[in-house]
Amino acid sequence: MTPGTVTIIGAGQGGFQAAISLRQNGFEGAITLIGDEPGLPYQRPPLSKVYLQDGKAEALYLRPESFFEAKRIDYLPGTRVEAIDRAAQRLTVLRDGAEKSLPYDHLILATGTRNLRPPIEGIAHACDLRTLTDAQRLREKLDQPARIAVIGGGFIGLEFAAVARKLGHEVAVIEAAPRLMARAVSQRMSDHFADLHRGWGTALHLGQPAVAVEPAGVTLADGTGVTADFVLVAAGVRPNVELAEAAGLAIDNGVKTDARLQTSDPAISALGDCASFPDPRGRGHIRLESVQAATDHARLIAKRLAKGDTDPYGALPWFWSDQGACKLQIAGYATPDAAEEEIAAGIVGRFDERGLAAIETIDNARAHMRARKLIASPEPVTRADLEEIAA
Amino acid sequence: MIKVTYVAQDGTRTNIDADEGDSVMHAAVSNDVDGIVGECGGSMMCATCHCYVDDAWAEKVGPRSAGEDDMLEGAASEVTERSRLSCQIKLTPELDGLVVHLPEEQF
Ligand SMILES: Cc1cc2nc3c(=O)[nH]c(=O)nc-3n(C[C@H](O)[C@H](O)[C@H](O)COP(=O)(O)OP(=O)(O)OC[C@H]3O[C@@H](n4cnc5c(N)ncnc54)[C@H](O)[C@@H]3O)c2cc1C
Ligand code: FES
Repeated sequence: MTPGTVTIIGAGQGGFQAAISLRQNGFEGAITLIGDEPGLPYQRPPLSKVYLQDGKAEALYLRPESFFEAKRIDYLPGTRVEAIDRAAQRLTVLRDGAEKSLPYDHLILATGTRNLRPPIEGIAHACDLRTLTDAQRLREKLDQPARIAVIGGGFIGLEFAAVARKLGHEVAVIEAAPRLMARAVSQRMSDHFADLHRGWGTALHLGQPAVAVEPAGVTLADGTGVTADFVLVAAGVRPNVELAEAAGLAIDNGVKTDARLQTSDPAISALGDCASFPDPRGRGHIRLESVQAATDHARLIAKRLAKGDTDPYGALPWFWSDQGACKLQIAGYATPDAAEEEIAAGIVGRFDERGLAAIETIDNARAHMRARKLIASPEPVTRADLEEIAA
Repeated sequence: MIKVTYVAQDGTRTNIDADEGDSVMHAAVSNDVDGIVGECGGSMMCATCHCYVDDAWAEKVGPRSAGEDDMLEGAASEVTERSRLSCQIKLTPELDGLVVHLPEEQF
């Protein structure tokens, strides 16, 4: 049955997409999109890339203000959902200091993630890069020559480091793991990017956790001091599940859903960075942090709510990261323990017990698109298929 | 300001004024032109900003950029000689009056 009112908590990439997809699928009921950040919904990926250089906030907005009225989407910025009352199907929201109660027939949780702050002495003085406000603050700091320490050698820390270096700053990246982006890419790709960053003049401190942030910089576990005028912490994220947890929904490293992205309450769905869903490859529940997952989740939920479709979620994951002039593209999703094999120069395959799980490429859109097709196809992958990718 | 016209499948024409330096994709999205999605924000990852450059403009717009052919393989609608990823077309004064046609679907 089609719900009358759909309310979406979180006006990020996925929440916004759910609203737009509901209308595209012919949903006629009321849509309320609630976000605790100010301003229009925006894209985050450019925050660690082009935005740091050009500062164009308008370029980030997903749609102009007129869009919300035209599509009859009630958009409530600067509004925080404080509690979900599942029995009454109502939300408690806080806006401009005043509490209000809003009803829902169906609720979509699109609350995303927040930055993780590892237990490091003095870490409160470090900067974050998660929101437009964070990025605006960082841009101001990049205005004058600075020595910068980045805690965390993942995608966001490295993208930021590449931009900061390009702008002429002195940059050091501190990573507790022995290699860069260890959670997401193969050893070969880690090494490749380590060489690139070193070549650009960035100092890399690998396998050394930071233990203290001080006004003069960062101290590492082995006692090394890294001088810095300011410190960025990009050491991973935590899914925002507190609302769902307090409401008694099942949680498993994210809000737990079934294959149709429905939570343990059939009147509530979850998507994007905060959702933990059954991996279509059967590796248990997974949580992905990417634009692709957030928007494809949103589309599936919208079809279910508007049209009653019951398809399970099976979209192929894809990711990218722009570091300096270098573009890393990943088709599929590999867990950190996946085996790796170089298919050709700049092309690495990741394999698990079910076979080919992901293919990583550098500056090679052709191989990336071929990899997407190959991994999405139900046929077993042969040696010839792999060679075909690089051809 | 640079004028761009987007022609939908049913012939509906939407005219917008865009800033110089903007892309044809971003100009469409920020003016709420249905039919261009631009999911990856212009990172050449999604091919949901596919458009067909009007014949009269083909020469001025120029050829596809490196990698565009490959990404277009993932486009949802038919790819023709005139197909471009609109995020890769930057608006310059020479393109004032540009006409692009929108594909049937982007997914
Ligand atoms: C700097 C940066 C660079 C990135 N680069 C890439 C990239 O290159 N490629 C890629 O695929 N992905 C990238 N990502 C990740 C991508 O942005 C996320 O995966 C995507 O935004 C997830 O969408 P979402 O809707 O799940 O969450 P989000 O977009 O994070 O939105 C969640 C929203 O919910 C709000 N919210 C939370 N709780 C409440 C509440 N109680 N009440 C009201 N509002 C609430 C939050 O404030 C937030 O605005 C990047 C992320 C960052 C931060
Ligand atoms: S916007 Fe994604 S390829 Fe153009």
